[in-house]
Amino acid sequence: MSKQSKYQADEKGMYGRFGGAYIPEMLYPNIENLKKVYKEIIDSPAFQQEYKALLKDYVGRPSPLYLAKRLSDKYQTNVYLKREDLNHTGAHKINNTVGQILIAKHMGKQRIIAETGAGQHGVATATACALMGLQCVVYMGEVDIKRQAPNVARMKMLGAEVKAATSGSKTLKDATNEALRDWICNPEDTFYLIGSVVGPHPYPDMVARLQAVISEEIKLQISEKTSKDYPDYVIACVGGGSNAAGSFYHFLDDEKVKLVAVEASGMGVDSGETAATIALGDMGIIHGSKTFLMQSEDGQITEPYSISAGLDYPGIGPQHAHLFDTGRAQFLSATDKEALDAALQLTQLEGIIPALESAHALAALNKMQFQKDEAVVITLSGRGDKDMATYMERFGF
Amino acid sequence: MNRLKKLFESQENICSVYYTAGYPTVNDTMPVLEALQEGGADLVEIGMPFSDPLADGPTIQASSEQALDNGMSIQLLFEQLETMRESITIPVVLMGYFNPVFKFGVEKFIGKCQEIGVDGVIIPDLPFDEYRELYENLFNEAGIANIFLITPQTSDERIRLIDAHSTGFIYVVSSASVTGAKQNVQQNQIDYFNRVNSLGLQRPRLIGFGIGNRDTFATACQHAAGAIIGSAFVKLLGEHGADKQQIKAFINTIKN
Repeated sequence: MSKQSKYQADEKGMYGRFGGAYIPEMLYPNIENLKKVYKEIIDSPAFQQEYKALLKDYVGRPSPLYLAKRLSDKYQTNVYLKREDLNHTGAHKINNTVGQILIAKHMGKQRIIAETGAGQHGVATATACALMGLQCVVYMGEVDIKRQAPNVARMKMLGAEVKAATSGSKTLKDATNEALRDWICNPEDTFYLIGSVVGPHPYPDMVARLQAVISEEIKLQISEKTSKDYPDYVIACVGGGSNAAGSFYHFLDDEKVKLVAVEASGMGVDSGETAATIALGDMGIIHGSKTFLMQSEDGQITEPYSISAGLDYPGIGPQHAHLFDTGRAQFLSATDKEALDAALQLTQLEGIIPALESAHALAALNKMQFQKDEAVVITLSGRGDKDMATYMERFGF
Repeated sequence: MNRLKKLFESQENICSVYYTAGYPTVNDTMPVLEALQEGGADLVEIGMPFSDPLADGPTIQASSEQALDNGMSIQLLFEQLETMRESITIPVVLMGYFNPVFKFGVEKFIGKCQEIGVDGVIIPDLPFDEYRELYENLFNEAGIANIFLITPQTSDERIRLIDAHSTGFIYVVSSASVTGAKQNVQQNQIDYFNRVNSLGLQRPRLIGFGIGNRDTFATACQHAAGAIIGSAFVKLLGEHGADKQQIKAFINTIKN
């Protein structure tokens, strides 16, 4: 897990010209402390043993790599789905939260805070906290609390306190601000459990390492299922980018493997109603990290839009910005409509209802050309149960 | 910077006041500044509003949101302050988050500050290392002070390092909190102020966060060159607008 490459963070947490830790002094000791201990903890045998046991028996890993035959026939290639949707709580988010909760425990922290948009990371955090008996406070935008009532109830049932972020646009970015403010006010006993490969260093690197299990398994599974020990393509959706970071991790230095990230372009990249951060290509600082983000002429962070709440973030992880900069990964975008079509197609060809986020990755199939003998891995980051209201509304079921 | 230097050399119990530019209405920036000078503020920090002010409590968040709704921007702020030195003699410091300054262009920003007579800048989320590497020379050549924050969690070693690279003054954050929090000074805060004072630093200090009335101001002044009032003053602006009499009365209550 400790390999270094030009695609990984350097000592200062920079990925090329992106990343770093743009934080007020109030957070400096916390971030320094975490920076000092996280690698050592992750690499320690005690952590590895506990983490792997939880991934296996609690999360239900390894997640299958499934050859989707009817989908493959349609696109005249070999499409493999990495089934993160089969994890406990229904998405890849749990890989990260069980990992960070163990790090928090090793650091002796008693209280866990987290931000959440649609509530998936909040549920995964509340789950890990219930498992470990730790106090859990989840910040969620007031607007999102109203939109995502079932997830709010799940968090509460799991024993978490859900606090409304009432500032700004009252969505994910404001929930993140509130969590950071909480951490400023409670620097000693509290651990901030960030849900994606965003935020100040070392979070992007730490979360990527905890999601790296996805590509570790893909590597093994593809060599069991094909005559090659690598896939030709790995395709994943990106909002902040944690499932993509995990899906790419062990292939970054293997340039034979083509990496494809799919952003959500909402109503279209140029519509003003989009979350396609890379496609817009404006650099700045958001939540402690230098990266591409959506902002006004005056440097005010603007509100993104996507039908998928999990891709609805105005920034992108700094590693992804660097992968784009270096050309190591190809960045595509899919609109709401393309994602919905892809979701319906997968459901009716394979009997799998995907999360709307994952449907953006599936939409890439219509935007690319593949050879008959190639292996195309698509990370199915989550299941679609949480999106049934949207599907019902859009498809009229 | 000379204005800052002179102030700290010649005066004790410095009363520094923070307010958000373009609040409560967009054209209030200069009237508030003038009223503060007339009312007896010794130093003024003008906040550049940002959409995501993560070190600020509800009062300054709300004022930033209102100012942005009013159409406030860095460009407009520089236009409003263009001729401020015709009437303003006290030191003026700009305070805000890094992204809008980065987007404006740091070099261009510092150039503008120099041109209109801004004395210093506070950017809480500009990392100390990056400042030293990329911007320290720029600030020094322009004679613009860069003011860093320290907190109760900042180690002695780091405080010394910050002191060595500070110009102007050091902003002593009084407790682990965002702006506009607690309103009385506890013993552990006094211990922290004493710890900072025992380090023999070269730069003067102002205490901020949670200073909002005569008592907290007076206590802070016993342990530093003076103190900074932010949220309490922004609240007054929210209630009364840029009312000269109210502003003067407020400063008078704090100082005397």
